[in-house]
Order: sequence, then C-alpha cells, then structure tokens
Amino acid sequence: MLTLEKRPSPSRMWTLLTPPLAVVLTMIAGGILFAFLGKNPVESIRTIFWDPVFGEFAFYYRGQLLVKAAPLILIAIGLSLGFRAGIWNIGAEGQYIVGAICGAGIGLAFYPTENPLIFPLMIFAGALGGWAWAMIPATLKVMFGTNEILVSLMLVYVAESMLASVSSSLLRNPEGMGFPGSRNFKDFPAAHNDYLIESAGIHWGVVAAFIAVIFAYVLLSRHILGFQIRVTGQSPRAARFAGVNPSRLILFCLGTSGALAGMAGMFEVTGPAGQISIDFNSGYGFTAIIVAFLGRLHPVGILLAGLLMALTYIGGEAAQSTLGLPAAAIQLLQGMLLFFLLAVDVLTNFRIRFGKTEAA
Amino acid sequence: MNRRSILAGAVLAVGLAGTAFAQQDKVKAGFIFVGPIGDGGWTYEHNKARLAVEEEFGDKVETVYQESVPEGADAERALTQMALGGADIIFTTSFGYMDPTINVAKKFPNVKFEHATGFKRADNAATYGARFYEGRAIQGLIAGNITKSNKIGYIGSFPIPEVIRGINSAFIHAKKANPDVEFSIIWAYTWFDPAKEADAATALIEQGADVILQHTDSTAPHAAAEKAGNVYAFGQASDMAEYAPMPRVSSIIDNWAPYYIERVGAVLDGTWESKDTWGGIGSGMVEIGEISDIVPEEVRTQALALRDQIASGEYHPFTGPINKQDGSAWLAEGETADDGTLLGMDFYVEGLTGDIPN
Repeated sequence: MLTLEKRPSPSRMWTLLTPPLAVVLTMIAGGILFAFLGKNPVESIRTIFWDPVFGEFAFYYRGQLLVKAAPLILIAIGLSLGFRAGIWNIGAEGQYIVGAICGAGIGLAFYPTENPLIFPLMIFAGALGGWAWAMIPATLKVMFGTNEILVSLMLVYVAESMLASVSSSLLRNPEGMGFPGSRNFKDFPAAHNDYLIESAGIHWGVVAAFIAVIFAYVLLSRHILGFQIRVTGQSPRAARFAGVNPSRLILFCLGTSGALAGMAGMFEVTGPAGQISIDFNSGYGFTAIIVAFLGRLHPVGILLAGLLMALTYIGGEAAQSTLGLPAAAIQLLQGMLLFFLLAVDVLTNFRIRFGKTEAA
Repeated sequence: MNRRSILAGAVLAVGLAGTAFAQQDKVKAGFIFVGPIGDGGWTYEHNKARLAVEEEFGDKVETVYQESVPEGADAERALTQMALGGADIIFTTSFGYMDPTINVAKKFPNVKFEHATGFKRADNAATYGARFYEGRAIQGLIAGNITKSNKIGYIGSFPIPEVIRGINSAFIHAKKANPDVEFSIIWAYTWFDPAKEADAATALIEQGADVILQHTDSTAPHAAAEKAGNVYAFGQASDMAEYAPMPRVSSIIDNWAPYYIERVGAVLDGTWESKDTWGGIGSGMVEIGEISDIVPEEVRTQALALRDQIASGEYHPFTGPINKQDGSAWLAEGETADDGTLLGMDFYVEGLTGDIPN
C-alpha cells in the first residue's frame, strides 16, 4: 500500500528538486506524445530543449531567449508578490496592454521630436498605465470586497477592445494607408527600445527584468513589507495580529504587479513588437502566471522559470518548422509542464510511505 | 559584430542559398500562417495551396510551415528561424507580417519573401493579393436580386481599404439590380471571432436584413442566418459549402495554389523576381463558389455572365459614372478606377449611409 503522510513543514529538499523533476517528466511524456504523432521523440526533445542553447544556430537563439523571457520574468515577479500574500491578480495581460498603449501613446505624441528624455518618460507612462489598470480591481476589493480574480480578468477583455480601438483610430499610423497599427518605433529612434547588445538580445526590458529580480529578492528577504507579504500568505489571521494592514497590502501588491506588467508591455511594444497593433499582445500576462508558479514564487526561481518557458516557446517553434510538429502539440507540452509541477508538489508537502496502513 | 552580419555570415557559411538567379534542383518553401490550418477559412485555403505546391513539384520541393504565429514580435523570430533553417522562399500570409517580413528580408538577401496583402516590397520581397472586390460585385448582384426586405447587412472586419472596396463594389452592383436596396454595416474589429461575428449577424437580422455579407472568416454568421431562417449568406475566403444551399447561396473562394506553384517554380528556374501581384477572377486567384438552386435561374445566369465579363477584362466593377458618398464626382461615364485609388480607398460611394470609422 502507498500512503501519503503530511509533512510537518514543506521539505526544503523537495522544494528545490521538484521543478527539475517536473521538467524531466515533461520531457518523457512529451517524447511519448511526439512518438504517437509519428516523430522521433529524441530528436523532437533535443530540438526543443537542447538546440536553441547549444545547436547550430544557438548564436541567434540565445539572444532570443532573453527577448522572450524578459517580459515573462518582469510580469511574473510582480505577480509573485501578490500570489505570496494570497492576492490573485489574473489580469496582468490587461495591465500589459494598457501599459503598452500609455507608453507608446506618450512617445507617439512627441513624434518626430528627438529628445533623450522621451524614452524615460515613456517607461514611466507605461508603468503608470499598468498601475492604474490594476488599481481598479484593487480599489474595488478594498472598498467593496469584490473578488480581484474576476475583476482583473474581466478588465483584460476591456483592455483588448481598447487596443483594437486605438490601433485603428487614435494611434493609427497616418502614413499607413488606412491600415490599422501605429507607426513603427524602429523609425523613431528617440522612442525605440533598441537592442543595447544586439547579438545577446539585451534591450532595456531585459535590464529591467534583472533589476526587478534583485529588488524582489531584497524586498522579500530583507524588508518589513516582504515579511508582511509572506506572513499574510501563510496565515492571514496571524498577519492581522502582527499589525499588517490588509488594504495597504492589497493596494501595494496589485499596484506593483500592474506597474511591472505595464512596463513589460511598453518595452515589448516599442522594441521587439515594434508597433501598437490590434493583436501585438501574445498572452504574456497569462503565461507569466505559469512562470510565477514554476519559479516557486521565488525571484531567482522565476528568473530560471522564465528562461525555461522561453526555451519551450523558441524550441517549440523550431520543432514546428523543422519537424512539422503541430502548434497544439507544443502548447500541450507547455501545459504538461505546469501539470507535472503541481503533481510532483505532493512530494514537497507529503511523505510517501510504503507498507500497510494502520486501521483507523 | 552585430547580429545582422553574423546572420549574413551564417547564411553564406552553411550555403543555405545559392546565387540569386541560379537554377536550383530543390526548393525549400516556408509558410507562416496567422491561424490554425483547420480554421475553415483564410489559413485553411493557404495551407491547401501549400499542399498543392507539394503535389506539383513532388521531390523537388520541401515545404515547412508554422501555424498560429502572432502578428507581433514572434513573427520576426519565426521568419528568421525558417530562413536559418534553409528555406529558399517564405510566404507570410497575413497583413500584420509586413514589417517583420521586410526586416528579415534585409538580413537574408538570398532568401525570397512573399508577403500577402501588404504594400512594402524589397529586391527579395514581393507582395501578392487578390481582387476580392471582383467577387463582391457578383455577390452584390445576387444579394440585390434575392432580398425581399431590401435591407442587406454587411459585417466588416476592419475599416481598411480592402474591406471598404468590397463594401463599395457589393453596394454598386446590388443597387444596379435593385434601386431600393439599403446597406447596414457593422464593424466587428476582428478577422476571426465566431462569437462577435454571430452577434453582429443577429443584430443585422433584427434590424430587418435578410441577406448577410461578411468580411470575417468564420461560419458563425451562417449559423446565425440559419437559425433566423429565410436569411441568405455568402461563404467568405473558403466555400463554406456545409451551409449550402441555405443560408449559403454562393461564396468567394481564395485560390492561392496557382500563384504559389508559379512562384516556387520561378525559384526552381532561377527566374524569380520581386513584384506585386494582384490577381482576380481572370487569373483564377478569386473563384466564385457554386450558386445554389435557391437563387432564381435568371439571376444565376446574370451572375455568371458578370463573372465571365470581369474575368475577360471586358467589365471593371468600378466603372463610372460613380460619385463619392458626399456627392462629389469620382469616376466619369465609362471611366474605370485605377489600382492606386483602389489600394488606398478610404471613402464610400454615393448611396451608402453612415461614416467610415477612423
């Protein structure tokens, strides 16, 4: 008989071991899946997990890994603060979009002025836009006790409609022959989030993601606010006795995650994406939720998880075009990763015992 | 060394592409799709054409594709990936891939690029599109004849020249068939969103429309028309024959196969060069799906005659006299519209009501 026995406290060893174990299990299950699709499982897994980092064209892919991972990490860092305290911001995608619209909008308003202050102003506007969008669920929760999961999620759809509207009206490229989409930021150097080191894929968004990781680490391990976040997540009752002001914490966590998501959107739209268009957002806000959990809500974990997630995207695309794997199979693989992570979590919180159970 | 020179170096080093105009024994053709290949509309037809290329050239061609590629930052990487992977020619099949296509084309001067429905070209980047407005003329003729309420509903996707052209062409020919006809237009702001498309169709039907034209890609408007009963619709991008004979009475089909075969063949022969292709009914890029028996025989004959006249070049769907919506003159008697005006069309013709959103 197999029985599960709850550990008195989560195992430290398994907390560290479960993410790599989940990756290995995903590779095995993914390989089986690809074999059923008639592909060579070893080659498929190698194309996805190995080639982008060490293969023939790694010189290109390594930089792209950072480009893809940066927004995921930036958003996930913000989300992890709230998630640790039991505050569930599910609408980072909406904050990402609004941040992009605000940041890009400010920049385009100055077209074609060349001034070194424009870009910092755009970063600020992007953060402010994301923050303001997140303040809607935060304020409603503090004042009326609404559910932030629902409100923040619903606001994603509002933000998507706003994006469609500004792409075809307010921010539309006047020289675009009536087609929706803004000017391309590549043609507007003062507002362009260009590569700082092109071959390494490093742009300001990547820099911001690394800074966010460091700040979050210091905040959580050294600062009283970090302590309050952790204690609220572990025991809201104890937190109240410890003098934590729940409303303040809600405003801080949602606001910070919104601002970081907004910045991520701004960096993406003015850099890799290049222009505001109806569907420039490609689900980073939702994927970041997976990244946050895959990284154990820990800043360093999120950094690694973001890179791993980026790897599955980039390797997955390579597998699509070189091996003809369908897009849905890649999405399935990414879904499996989260599934296995949650499944092996059992090992962190429970001890497996073999042998006969005692009669109750 | 910046990335551009690294990439260019890599291309030369691994010998991915020969000299620009040399004959080749084998071609690798790549396709970037905006939706899943099973969408039943736009991407489905592009993928059908890809398979036709394989069929045509057999061992001499290898095709690769990537589906559901977002129109933002990911498109550029997907394109670079394909070019690095040894593709000789890459078709990017959605308007939103325009800037990524041009950017990647700069980095891979020996790879040929083909961008659908765009207007930016380079020495190694051609553009192609279809004169869907020719098909719209035939739709308009049928719609004007079969409507009983004299109200025709039109689901627009985005207020861009391509869609406005379609509305104008359909309206002109519906009006010719039936002077009392009126158009109501709803902008869905999407190419593919079954729920929104169904809502738009239902709203139009509730306003009294009994013919629904659509410039969106799903079959949801057909389902809404079927539910309402006695409402006609037309297949868009693909035949949508599963809704025939009612509500689907005909369709506009995009047939990309001849063009893809021609262009891949040109790479094989070493005769490929950058150009803009705008094919219509005459070249077979636009096809009119079977007109169902619901349509009276006499109308069908007229519709087929119009199709043949357009195909032979005898008739242009935008032939004067045509005024703009504000009453100002656009085309004089017998004058036909030039392609430049059509490509940038941002006005309604006289008789249409409402404003183009901007």
